[in-house]
Amino acid sequence: MARMKFICDSERCIECNGCVTACKNENEVPWGVNRRRVVTLNDGVPGERSVSVACMHCSDAPCMAVCPTNVFYRTEEGVVLHDKDGCIGCGYCSYACPFGAPQFPSAGTFGVRGKMDKCTFCAGGPEANGSQAEFEKYGRNRLAEGKLPACAEMCSTKALLAGDGDVVADIFRNRVVKRGKGAEVWGWGTAYGSKQAGQPQGAKS
Amino acid sequence: MIRTALLVAVGALALAGCAEREQTASGIKSDAAPFQGTNRPYVADGWKPGDRSSWEQALKVRTIRGQNEYAKAP
Repeated sequence: MARMKFICDSERCIECNGCVTACKNENEVPWGVNRRRVVTLNDGVPGERSVSVACMHCSDAPCMAVCPTNVFYRTEEGVVLHDKDGCIGCGYCSYACPFGAPQFPSAGTFGVRGKMDKCTFCAGGPEANGSQAEFEKYGRNRLAEGKLPACAEMCSTKALLAGDGDVVADIFRNRVVKRGKGAEVWGWGTAYGSKQAGQPQGAKS
Repeated sequence: MIRTALLVAVGALALAGCAEREQTASGIKSDAAPFQGTNRPYVADGWKPGDRSSWEQALKVRTIRGQNEYAKAP
């Protein structure tokens, strides 16, 4: 059984924002909402690193735990999705998420929050696969087309890896062995548990 | 006897008025698994909609072919 995961290789990310553009274009994400963005750490100083951040589809997702209307669900492939019809736009998921993934379009006057929007791992949502309703609410369902998320497939340096956790971990491990450095995977331990990250229990990722 | 039963019935009815209405959400609508396909064109080759193992294998091949350049130029 495939367990879908993201890895961002900060040794390779060149902050081109190709992933952000690919996501916006593929899913026709509305203005003001960025399901994916590139974050640069130590900008302009030696040791600068960039990472592409979106929903990591956590193994034990905090957004699922705090949602008062219980709209989140996890697919058999490990993708965390939500039903927009039940979302009340309370924003609890946004406070709970360690990656800042949940986004809220400005809908209406007085800064009223619309229904939450986030990365779907290009897996659509709880509408018929490939339907117009699914596309309009959640974006393209590339997984059901036998494809991987557009952000990862568009990444020019292959810094952003997406797919079955075992496969992408093997690809990343092979890279680290070849180049002899850069084994740190940003956010991996937070999203998928410290055991998988090879860190001691309780350590920060 | 009848009076006691009547009292219990009235009491139960009165307490029922204090009960809270159930507020459970309607639940998640069904979401078909991705290996079921979309019944639309523009689907990647190499797998058969409805066949989970062929879908998983096709995605694995796509991941390695598309994201592991060491497989192309070792």
